[in-house]
Amino acid sequence: MIEVKGLHKSFGDAHILKGIDAYFEKGETSLVIGQSGSGKTVFIKCLLGLFPYDKGTISYDGKIYSELSEDQKRNLRAEIGMVFQGSALFDSMTIQENVMFPLRMFTKMSKSEMEDRADVVLKRVNLDDAHNKMPSEASGGMQKRVAIARAIVNNPKYLFCDEPNSGLDPKTAIVIDNLIQEITDEYQIVTVINSHDMNSVMEIGEKIVFLQHGYKEWEGSKDTIFKTDNKAVTDFVYSSELFKKVRQMYIEEKQ
Amino acid sequence: MTYLNNIGLYFLMIKEMFRKPTKWSVMKGLILKDIDDLVIGSLGIVAFISFFVGGVITIQTALNITNPLIPKYLVGFATRQSVILEFAPTFTSIIMAGKVGSFITSSIGTMRVTEQIDALEVMGINSLNYLVFPKAVAMMLYPFAIAIGMFLGILGGMAACVYGGYTTLEDYITGIQMDFDGFHMTYSFLKTFVFAFILATIPSFHGYYMKGGALEVGKASTTSFVWTSVVIILINYILTDMLLG
Repeated sequence: MIEVKGLHKSFGDAHILKGIDAYFEKGETSLVIGQSGSGKTVFIKCLLGLFPYDKGTISYDGKIYSELSEDQKRNLRAEIGMVFQGSALFDSMTIQENVMFPLRMFTKMSKSEMEDRADVVLKRVNLDDAHNKMPSEASGGMQKRVAIARAIVNNPKYLFCDEPNSGLDPKTAIVIDNLIQEITDEYQIVTVINSHDMNSVMEIGEKIVFLQHGYKEWEGSKDTIFKTDNKAVTDFVYSSELFKKVRQMYIEEKQ
Repeated sequence: MTYLNNIGLYFLMIKEMFRKPTKWSVMKGLILKDIDDLVIGSLGIVAFISFFVGGVITIQTALNITNPLIPKYLVGFATRQSVILEFAPTFTSIIMAGKVGSFITSSIGTMRVTEQIDALEVMGINSLNYLVFPKAVAMMLYPFAIAIGMFLGILGGMAACVYGGYTTLEDYITGIQMDFDGFHMTYSFLKTFVFAFILATIPSFHGYYMKGGALEVGKASTTSFVWTSVVIILINYILTDMLLG
């Protein structure tokens, strides 16, 4: 479990996070949503240790991040998988080498063992014939799946995804969403997704944290988000006519 | 203030580069790849420039010796001294600041823009050790390229001298053997090692700490070339004064 208490982060005079509290459970797909500039990326980067935070605590299964030594932080990071918005694949390596990279860095596996493990995870993300392709030869959806494969190859305890659907067509986006949810359930990992894609919210939002102006404005799930009266949330979620209609139909159906 | 901040950040980067070393089996591959990219990949341009600039130095020297009392073998002597003391280590390093430096800045800068450096950090890898350290080690072979440059510079001078009819082959060879001081080679290679470290680290600094997108990668490459050249010239002055002054 990841527990966040009173998280504050500023850049100069700009106070980005203003006391965020949240917790993310094992085996649950959690989404952090909010408008652009609401602080979601900063929040995720603080969780990952890429940005040092000013105040508050972040604990991973009871271990408070700021109290860990550099070595302990490094060991913790080896338990984290991350899917970046732009996939962040190493462009000088083939897809198979990208997936094997965390194994090369952190395990003593032989080359054949690493190749076997890469085969398993690439098959898991439905990419069994792309081993020798370079990332530049892969489509956006394929790159995202490779990024997921690389993130899970080392059996992480925590998985973070920064807008995993950006730049993908709706059909591929759903495939990626479902893949992340299945993996979360299958490997019982803590998954935190940073998104502003409403399809993802409806599809996999087992837990949703809504950020606005650096505050946690609302928390719930894909079911409760339909019923909430929180104006900030409804303005954000139902900004399009389509979603307004979907919400109306959902409420009518439930009644 | 920004300059002071950057100088401090540069030295912190150097310190960080030696911390949390990457696994040797991985590091070995990175070093070999960087030797290929940075040193072996530069041999062609170093050879080409050295040969022709050596020729130009010879022609210029020969054309400027108009006094019949000055012996012709001084052309060979002047070429050797120019090539060994300044041209091969310093002038070539400034050209390398453009070739190797912009390659390093743009490759690391692109990794920054595309979040590949963040990916390394998230995995718990010391990205500075992973990216910059192998380049610094690989560049320690750069003096070999400079040694080839010295040889070809003197050879180019000889070709220009003999085929251009400026002096005889015997005069040129007498000149390049005259008053040879072994310490000049020590001085030359000592500063080449320092330049090699500068060539690996300053462009890495500009790539690693850049912010922005593709346009900024280009700007960082230009800034990196300017600062690498400036530092090489300043260090050249300081080392020359210390070692030969």
